[in-house]
Amino acid sequence: MKKITLPLTDEVIRELHAGESVLITGSVITGRDAAHKRLYELIEQGRELPVKLDGEVIYYVGPAPAKPGHAVGPAGPTSSYRMDKYTPALLDRGLKGMIGKGARSQEVIDSMVKNGVVYFAAIGGAAALISRSIKSAEILAYEDLGTEAIYRFEVEDFPAIVVIDSYGESVLVK
Amino acid sequence: MMQVRSIDAAQITEAVKKLFMDMNYFIGNDILDALRAARENEPSATAQNVLDQLIENHQIAREEEVPICQDTGMAVLFVEYGERVVIENGSFEQAVQEGVRRAYIDGYLRKSVVDDPVFDRVNTKDNTPALIYTTIVEGNQIRILGGCKGFGSENMSAVKMLTPSAGVEGVKQFIMDTVKYAGPNPCPPIVVGVGIGGTFEKAAMLAKKATLRPINTSHPDQRYAALENELLEAINKMGFGPAGLGGVTTALGVNIETCPTHIAGMPVAVNICCHAARHKETVI
Repeated sequence: MKKITLPLTDEVIRELHAGESVLITGSVITGRDAAHKRLYELIEQGRELPVKLDGEVIYYVGPAPAKPGHAVGPAGPTSSYRMDKYTPALLDRGLKGMIGKGARSQEVIDSMVKNGVVYFAAIGGAAALISRSIKSAEILAYEDLGTEAIYRFEVEDFPAIVVIDSYGESVLVK
Repeated sequence: MMQVRSIDAAQITEAVKKLFMDMNYFIGNDILDALRAARENEPSATAQNVLDQLIENHQIAREEEVPICQDTGMAVLFVEYGERVVIENGSFEQAVQEGVRRAYIDGYLRKSVVDDPVFDRVNTKDNTPALIYTTIVEGNQIRILGGCKGFGSENMSAVKMLTPSAGVEGVKQFIMDTVKYAGPNPCPPIVVGVGIGGTFEKAAMLAKKATLRPINTSHPDQRYAALENELLEAINKMGFGPAGLGGVTTALGVNIETCPTHIAGMPVAVNICCHAARHKETVI
C-alpha cells in the first residue's frame, strides 16, 4: 500500500489517483460543521483565521471522548457534503487535502481541480479501528464547540482511499 | 387483577445507562453475521477490505469497550409501560433522562445534541434530551427498546404521502429513489427501515422502529416479508457497495413495519440506518 507523509506537496498530490489506498502519516487538522461555518464567516469578513490552512489536510471528524490511556476516542469520518458550501473558500486559502466520507458537489470538485487538492475517504463507522492510528490530539481553536472544536491530530499509517483526485476523477459509485 | 408493582427510579436509571453503553460497544449478532456473509459474497478486493475493517472495528469496540462509531447518536426509546407499575423515589421521565446522561458521560460516548435546532445550536453536553415514545400496555413491567443511530444516515431519510392508487409499485419506487439519493453518504451497507400506513408521523415512527428490529427477522405477513426480500435484492443491484466504493452489498437488510391507515392515504417513511445498526431491548 502507498505510504504518504504530510505535509502534502504538489508533486505528491499530482501522483495520487482515484481508487488508490494509502496510509497517511503526519499532522492533520480537524473540523466539521460548526467550525467550517465560523471559518467561512471570518473569510467572508476578511478577518484572520485562528488556524493556518495553507498546505494543511483537514479531517472531517467529531471524536468521541478519550478513555483514560487513549490519545483520542473513536474518531471516524463524518459526511463531507455538509461542508461543501464552505469548502471552495477554504481551498482558495491553501488547504491541500480533505479526509471525509461520501460524495462532494461539483463546485467542490471544480475548486479541487483549480487549486490542486485531493479528497480522501476514511471508512465511515470504522471509528475504533481508525482511532488506533491517531497518536495525539490537541485543541487548536474553538474549544467551546466540544467535539466540533478544531484539533491537531498526529496520525501514523492512517488508512484512507483517494476517492476524488486533483484531476477531478472519482471512484464513488453514482 | 395483576398486582401493582413498585419500581425504584434508580433501577430505571441503571437499566437505561447499561442499555445505551452496551448498544454502543457491542454490535448485535444479526449485523455481525450479515457483515461476515457479505465479506464472503463480495468479489471486489476494495469491498472485501472495507468489510474486513468493519468486522475488525466491531472486535476492537467489544474488547476495549469503546463506541463502535464516534457518532453515538441521539438517544431514542420506545417504551411499553405496564399500567400496573408505580415509580418510587422519582419520575419515569427524569429517571430515563438521567440514565442517558450517565451513559453518555460515564461511558465515554459523544455528546451530539444541541439545545435549539435553528438559532442557538449550543451543545447540551450530556446528550439529553432523549426522545421517549411511550405506549401504555397491560401488566406490571416496563419494556424499553433503545436506539442511537447516527445522523449521517438519519439525514438521508424521507417521508412521502402516497395515495392508494400508487399501489405497491409506488411504495417500491419511493424506497428505491430514497436509497439511490442517499448513495454513498449514509455509510453503506445500510439497514433500510420502512414504515407504511398510519398518518404522517406514525409512518416515520414505524420506520424508526423498523431500523431497531433485528435484520434476521421478517414482517409477519408473508406479502410484506416477500417485499422486504425483493427490495433487498434490488437495492444490492444498485452497486454502491460498502462505503460507496462499489460492490454487491449496498444494504444488509430491509425491515418493513405496517399499520392501518385512512381510506385516502398510504404514507410511506424510509429511515435509513448505517451498517452500525445499534439497538437493544431491556425489560424491567
